[in-house]
Amino acid sequence: MTDLQSLDITRRSATTGTPPDIRHQPAVAKLIDVSRCIGCKACQSACMEWNDLRPEMETFEGSYDNPSDLNPAAWTVMRFTEWENEAGNLEWLIRKDGCMHCSDPGCLKACPSPGAIVQYANGIVDFISENCIGCGYCVKGCPFNIPRISQEDHRAYKCTLCSDRVSVGLEPACVKTCPTGAILFGAKEDMTAWAQERIVDLKERGFANAGLYDPPEVGGTHVMYVLHHADRPSLYAGLPDKPRIDPLVWLWKGMFKPIALAGLGFAAIAGFVHWVVAGPNEVQPEDEVHGREILDHKDEK
Amino acid sequence: MTNTWQDIKNADVVLVMGGNAAEAHPCGFKWVIEAKIHNHAKLVVVDPRFTRTASVADYYVPIRPGTDIAFLSGAMRYLLEKDAIQHDYVRTYTNAALIVKEGFGFDEGLFSGYSAEKKDYDRSSWDYELGDDGFAKADPSFQHPRCVLNLLKQHVSRYTPEVVERICGTPRDKFLMVCDLFASTAAPDKALTSLFALGWTQHSVGSQNIRSMAMVQLLLGNIGVAGGGMNALRGHSNIQGLTDVGLLSNAMPGYLTLPKDSEPRFADYMKTRQFKPLRAGEVSYWQNYRKFFVSLQKSVYGAAATADNDWAYDWLPKLDVPNYDILRAFEMMNSGQINGYICQGFNPLQAFPNKQKIRTALGKLKWLAVMDPLETETACFWQNHGAKNPSDPSKIQTEVFMLPTTSFAEEDGSLTNSARWVQWHWKAADAPGEARSDIAIMAGLFRRIQAMYRKDGGAFPDPILNLSWDYLDDAHPTPEELAKEINGRTLTDWKDAAGATVLKAGQLLDGFAQLRDDGTTTSGCWIYTGVWTERGNIMGRRDAFDPRDQGLAPNWAFAWPANRRVLYNRASADLEGKPWNPNKPLIAWNGTKWEGIDVPDFVPTSDPKAGVGPFIMQAEGVARLFARDQMREGPFPEHYEPLESPVLNLLHPTVSSNPMARVFDFDRAQFGKVADFPYVGTTYRLTEHFHYWTKHGLMNAILQPEEFAEVGEALAKEKGIGQGDWIKLSSKRGEVICKAYVTKRLKPMMVDGKPCHVIGLPLHWGFTGAALKGFGANTLTPFVGDANTETPEFKAFLVNVEKAPGPVA
Amino acid sequence: MELGRRGFIRLSGATLAASSIGALGFAPAGEALAASVRPFKLSRTTETRNTCTYCSVACGILIYSLGDAAKNAKASIVHIEGDPDHPVNRGTLCPKGAALLDVVHSPTRVKYPMYRVPGGDSFKRVSWDFALDRMATLMKQDRDQNFIAKNAAGTTVNRWTSTGMLAASASSNETAFLTWKVARSFGMVVFDNQARV
Repeated sequence: MTDLQSLDITRRSATTGTPPDIRHQPAVAKLIDVSRCIGCKACQSACMEWNDLRPEMETFEGSYDNPSDLNPAAWTVMRFTEWENEAGNLEWLIRKDGCMHCSDPGCLKACPSPGAIVQYANGIVDFISENCIGCGYCVKGCPFNIPRISQEDHRAYKCTLCSDRVSVGLEPACVKTCPTGAILFGAKEDMTAWAQERIVDLKERGFANAGLYDPPEVGGTHVMYVLHHADRPSLYAGLPDKPRIDPLVWLWKGMFKPIALAGLGFAAIAGFVHWVVAGPNEVQPEDEVHGREILDHKDEK
Repeated sequence: MTNTWQDIKNADVVLVMGGNAAEAHPCGFKWVIEAKIHNHAKLVVVDPRFTRTASVADYYVPIRPGTDIAFLSGAMRYLLEKDAIQHDYVRTYTNAALIVKEGFGFDEGLFSGYSAEKKDYDRSSWDYELGDDGFAKADPSFQHPRCVLNLLKQHVSRYTPEVVERICGTPRDKFLMVCDLFASTAAPDKALTSLFALGWTQHSVGSQNIRSMAMVQLLLGNIGVAGGGMNALRGHSNIQGLTDVGLLSNAMPGYLTLPKDSEPRFADYMKTRQFKPLRAGEVSYWQNYRKFFVSLQKSVYGAAATADNDWAYDWLPKLDVPNYDILRAFEMMNSGQINGYICQGFNPLQAFPNKQKIRTALGKLKWLAVMDPLETETACFWQNHGAKNPSDPSKIQTEVFMLPTTSFAEEDGSLTNSARWVQWHWKAADAPGEARSDIAIMAGLFRRIQAMYRKDGGAFPDPILNLSWDYLDDAHPTPEELAKEINGRTLTDWKDAAGATVLKAGQLLDGFAQLRDDGTTTSGCWIYTGVWTERGNIMGRRDAFDPRDQGLAPNWAFAWPANRRVLYNRASADLEGKPWNPNKPLIAWNGTKWEGIDVPDFVPTSDPKAGVGPFIMQAEGVARLFARDQMREGPFPEHYEPLESPVLNLLHPTVSSNPMARVFDFDRAQFGKVADFPYVGTTYRLTEHFHYWTKHGLMNAILQPEEFAEVGEALAKEKGIGQGDWIKLSSKRGEVICKAYVTKRLKPMMVDGKPCHVIGLPLHWGFTGAALKGFGANTLTPFVGDANTETPEFKAFLVNVEKAPGPVA
Repeated sequence: MELGRRGFIRLSGATLAASSIGALGFAPAGEALAASVRPFKLSRTTETRNTCTYCSVACGILIYSLGDAAKNAKASIVHIEGDPDHPVNRGTLCPKGAALLDVVHSPTRVKYPMYRVPGGDSFKRVSWDFALDRMATLMKQDRDQNFIAKNAAGTTVNRWTSTGMLAASASSNETAFLTWKVARSFGMVVFDNQARV
């Protein structure tokens, strides 16, 4: 039996060193099959109920999107798009939005607070609130615009993939509740294989560009989508066609983080030295290139 | 539902028309998705609005509200013309071959027998021609011009694709595409399932909407088979049970009916309930009516119901009108004929049409009692909430009792789901405060009244004094005691052939076949016999085993009748008893008896060679394409316009609407004209809410916080309405100020050459609970009922819309 | 939160001071592990099987209540989720079923019998005995005054039309049967349920 619920930490924000890595731990994934999603928001209810969240009640503003956006107490929302296709037929594209649990998480990379963001061996990216300083870098680092900072306690919040449920061997609350099975959970390998079957079915039903959204730009994700129009993810309320970690994160990682820290005094120098010698453990050589590119174009946008 | 929820996965084509299954029944709708994924099924949605069900459909087809009969009659015409019907099934399992009396006819929108003076039909010509033997005549060769099939062909011949398009606004190519999909399931091993709900019932022709589809299904041979059937997706957790147990004005438990004034004696009552077979050798199961009736009366009145007093027949109230339904009740209330009213649950101020009339009527009561876990609008009808409930408390002289009841989580008991499963549930916690169960409240009320009659006497106290009340604690009958009372017992010892006692007096019965008409058995609801037997609580069974993974789960809880999961399952096999679909058989004849994964809906030892019809509840043993006299507006469905319609009936403008619809004069005066109210309003449920309950929960209020109406882009543009703007909706009966949802999902339909705009009105908002206050869609709806069920016409009425300056308090 | 580059720089100055020395990368990796995860909240709660109160799919639900039903523990429902064994819903719940908790604990639940006098502008709390005695009196008065034992033609009809009742749509079959018995024993005919709407 593989151990999908393992919460061994493999990465930790603003932390060097390698965690223990002796156990074999397969990756998990949540597969959101948009083609069978009815936009009922059961996932939103289950998320609120399980996580004891009650975002503020808003008003009706011309769509079924309620709450209107993710917020510190709304970790997942449905986004509704009425789209007329080339044949003139209406498609109501409904996408459950929330943390994608990137394999290469921009939030974690951007986070300056040690251990405020971790990634477990099964792929879940979790915010550890007690370590969060509310700086908001994760917001900037996220290519999917997911984390939100609470105005009450000045900490960042987002979907945990129900790490508390997964840790005891249960599926996330949204997965369990989904009436039509549009949200599935399991080993990423199994989810990918099942997605391929779904794509065959969708192609038979006339969706020539059906496909799996598991963007390589962030190393793949542990929340994947089956899309009828995988050639145009942005049709689905702006799902990034090619998600990129914001260049500013490379800037931070590549240049400003050590400089800013240098201002803290002696200890910072040690850090700088550490950075010069070892480099932050997460940043790859190509990342540094990004960072330099940004530095070369110091516009004030 | 004839079939189970999970059985939907066996369908080849799923039709959602007259409902919005994905939104109203999301967890049941999973089986539609399963049908698509694992059975390569096609999902077709026919709806005025592009719903969330449509968002996952293979085909979405628009239709003008209130024109389903035209659409489905057109489909029948298509199937008959293309000969895309399942021949053996139609010939043998329906009344297609039976010959109708001379004198039956249809002309200019009226069937034979109509009296303009009485505004009613003499339905005597709507029947079969009987032979000298008393049985209906038949012509299986279909040569006779008055055989049902030929009359049906003639009746639907007017519904050409062109006429369908002109009436329904459905583009012809889309209509024909649906017809083709229907036709694809005429093959014996293919099935179409029909999922419907209030989108069909809430019309002045609601019952005939459903009949139309049932007829399509019969022509295709899709009733009684796996993946087929007529599946009414019931709205509330126990509305099936409440109906089964007879809590309707003219009903008794188990679909027995109350006596009428015209049936003064028990013998008169039974005369119209003989159900003698109309064809030789048929089962005509209702012949057992007397057994069910006597057992019920023994259950209700115990030893006081005897053969000598005709089983306490006179203690049953008799009806002078067909129905004291909700519309009649509020009409009576509004005209001062009702003094006291008890709402056990329910929320009529929100749920009934023409809110102003309901509010006024409630204010004419001397007293009102509301039993509910939640503060309902009805309990608070006398409060002033501005324009949203403009009552003046000082002028309302109604005494109001608001009585707290337990919720589902705080009591034991059984609920019957849409698929007729009777399932037991267990209490998880005590209710808050002093809330009491409905059982305790009803018992408390009854015992007080009984004590007063015992002490002081009064009007006809006999039934009150003699009501059986055999509970351990008089004040608190337990759900278990009541469940056993419903199940029924023997009152005498039963012995087998060898003389051994098999059942002792007082023991619980196993099934309704054991019921007797001599007063030696009891049963509170014959179709529920078997729910709690000497083996224990069958409703509490939790064995999810599912033979062949076919979606029956026969050992889970109990399904009435007789734990049968698919009704009419004899029709799933051919004339020799072999399953039409060998891959998904339900039952088959093995040479000596019927067997399979379901309980046969048939005499288990009846050899198919005997030719007994599969529809054993019918006196003729076959299903009815021709309804005889069972429907008030005619034996065939006919398209009638809603009482408020933007157009006159294309086929017969002089009889435009259903001549038998339930309309009171007071309400006729409150119908709007198309010149003033040019658009079609239709109400609907949002998936985030359940009627007016979930707005009391914060989570659901967060998901859909505020009242709005859906307006199509074209109409919004015409009216200068922007996204999220405040609008004023009006009908002849009231006004709603709410926000606009301008959407691509509502497009004008071309109805006889003119555009018809539909406005969608979610029905959830009121003035109590956590969500923002709203007016409620019933502010606008007309007080009109279906001709047979008196269900209000919420799905098609006339409104106007204009931009509003802003919200009102 | 939109963060322009300027803001980014300002933030780095303002908030980094608050960050610990660990920001420099010295904190030990792999510490805490699962301790960082929220504890599983159902561990020793009591599970009760029930049926969702809304539509007639009749989804099986599991109600979790605090405590182990010991005498001194007052059970309170803390969580509701789908019953995975149920053949129809298989553990799933819709947005209403998944949010049942908030209706069970709604602030607008009625907790005590409440009574409003004619012309009154508020509800007042009353005892059950008061409410039921008063209703019983009103009902008997009305029945005695308006009961129709025989119609104009002299036929025994034994009906009572001046007091009516609506039955619920979510109450149990057992409640329904008792209600039917009681209402019909009074001769009540203005008696209906939610099946029509």
